[in-house]
Amino acid sequence: MISFAQTLFYLFSAIIIFAALRVVTVRNPIHAALYLVLTFFTTAALWILLEAEFLAITLVLVYVGAVMVLFLFVIMMLDIDLAVMREGFVRSLPVAGLVALVMLAIMVMVVGPQHFGMALYPAVTPHAADYSNTRELGRLLYTVYLYPFEIAAVILLVAIVAAIALTLRQRKDSRYQQVELQVAVERNDRLRIVSMPAEEPRP
Amino acid sequence: MNFIHPQFSLALPEMILLGMISIILIADLFISDKGRVVTYLMTQATLVLAAIATAAVMGADVALSFNGHFIIDPLASLTKLFIYLVSMVAFAYSRSYLIERDMYRGEYFVLGLTAVLGMMVLASAHSLLTLYLGLELLSLSLYAMVGLRRDSSQAAEAAMKYFVLGAMASAMLLYGMSMIYGATGTLNLWEIRDAVAEGSGHSLVLIFGLVFLMVGVAFKLGAAPFHMWVPDVYHGAPTSVTLFLSSAPKLAAFVLMIRLLVDALPALASAWSDMLVIIAVLSIVLGNVIAIAQLNIKRMLAYSGISHIGFLLLGVLSATPEGYAAAFYYAIVYAIMSLGGFAMVLVMSRQGFEADELSDYAGLNERSPIIALMMLFIMFSMAGVPPLLGFWAKLAVIQAIVAVEYYQLAVLAVLFSVVGAFYYLRVIRIIYFDKPTERRELKPANDLKVIFIANAMLVLLLGLFPESLMNLCQSAFIY
Repeated sequence: MISFAQTLFYLFSAIIIFAALRVVTVRNPIHAALYLVLTFFTTAALWILLEAEFLAITLVLVYVGAVMVLFLFVIMMLDIDLAVMREGFVRSLPVAGLVALVMLAIMVMVVGPQHFGMALYPAVTPHAADYSNTRELGRLLYTVYLYPFEIAAVILLVAIVAAIALTLRQRKDSRYQQVELQVAVERNDRLRIVSMPAEEPRP
Repeated sequence: MNFIHPQFSLALPEMILLGMISIILIADLFISDKGRVVTYLMTQATLVLAAIATAAVMGADVALSFNGHFIIDPLASLTKLFIYLVSMVAFAYSRSYLIERDMYRGEYFVLGLTAVLGMMVLASAHSLLTLYLGLELLSLSLYAMVGLRRDSSQAAEAAMKYFVLGAMASAMLLYGMSMIYGATGTLNLWEIRDAVAEGSGHSLVLIFGLVFLMVGVAFKLGAAPFHMWVPDVYHGAPTSVTLFLSSAPKLAAFVLMIRLLVDALPALASAWSDMLVIIAVLSIVLGNVIAIAQLNIKRMLAYSGISHIGFLLLGVLSATPEGYAAAFYYAIVYAIMSLGGFAMVLVMSRQGFEADELSDYAGLNERSPIIALMMLFIMFSMAGVPPLLGFWAKLAVIQAIVAVEYYQLAVLAVLFSVVGAFYYLRVIRIIYFDKPTERRELKPANDLKVIFIANAMLVLLLGLFPESLMNLCQSAFIY
């Protein structure tokens, strides 16, 4: 007998697989990006089924809200030539498909039910309604995982420094307004009165 | 999971480094281009301070902290000390090169220091999480350093290639780690070791994860068949970055491998040993053969680096403490030789001239006999000519595999080091017997010249007295 949660799981999983396939097969890159949004969204739904509410909301906020919007911006700004992008798709399809199938077979063998089935990993008992996933994560991050958390922060710092170092260009020929010099300027700095002897008109 | 209050003092070197990185980052904003030497000196002082702190927390014992994410053992402390030394030399080498190429900016040193911090995190990592984060910290800094020279399209291409392939390798490594975590249910390396030893019927999952781990590690080491990025990145990056990239991070990658294979998965030794045999043989053969065809010295040194990594792996695949010590020794020796090798290119280059073609070295002996002699030492050492340092390193790893009766492998290693000697000797022939194409006097900066001579003399002296360094390496693997 399939429970309600299982029904939801299979429903969302089916949507994820469908959307992920469409990301690669759809013609229009904007549509591909939107299908990727759908993939993230349904993955977040799966995480909610796992009682990982905070992570699910973060996934929606960060990936759907920020990363994918940036993606869409970039796609719209680039002049993508669809014909060039699709070139070689049919030609490399057999080889790529074969590799993907072999990978799938191996992964089913390894990640399949005999290693990660319900018998080995029984369902965890659901937490009470007042259990706060966010608070538990925060507690872990600042205690047991303090050291990795700090390193992750340093990685973000490096990303900022690297991005600025690689892209910031200071023009050597740019000119700035220097207000204090403008104010302090005097008449004699700008204007020189030269006394010249009057010239006589030529006869 | 119970929380134990961490012993912060064990991570003192990391804290000092991170604090100084922040200070340098801010201070550099107020330093004009003329006073940039202050940033440089602060960078070197930071490494000295970190070395003092590392020596202070170093003990013969093994200590864990941060709930098992962090470890101090002789391997970690020794690796860190060598990383500081190699990085200091690399920064000192790069100074005049950077000044001549308008790259003498604070970001270079800050990114260099964050790379060092990443290597330190790797060296004393004791969970899959810290291993991965340390590796990312190191790699991100290196990607940026490779691309730091913005007006060069070659450098941009190298950085892009390194970044994309590096991200792929990180993803592979992460996938492998997720499999190991799935099979054992823990991130802590010793708990993984115990869970695997108990045997939970997950051997297929473990092997599957191990394959992905191996791909990631082999990529980071630059071993064949995951070596395709090495020549392009070494060639395209500014020489001072290549010098850094090819020396200290190899030590860190070696520790990454030891932590993953030896600390966490010793029970799978027979499996990873077989995989390493394939990688090592491919690296030694491909590296040495393709290096012969290279006319660009940076590419030649890149392929020679691939073959050296193959030799290093010989020590690891023997799966004995003596083998690990030999491989550690090889990693340190390779870092020292690689510094010298790329420093040759730095010494020869000047503003607007990179000196990366073999023909640029023609008749160097007539222009500067002392530098030619130092290059001779370094090339002979890389070729493995006794009594120089490189010979002892090769001898140590070959002894390690003979001890576990891999005779064919030992014969192959010796054969291909003879093949390898060809292209090192060709450099020496060009330096000593070819007619110089230009007679301009060679005028490297004074500090560059002094460090280069010291580096080459170190190769000679450590070669004459190899025991002390070897004993140090062995002390890291006494359990």
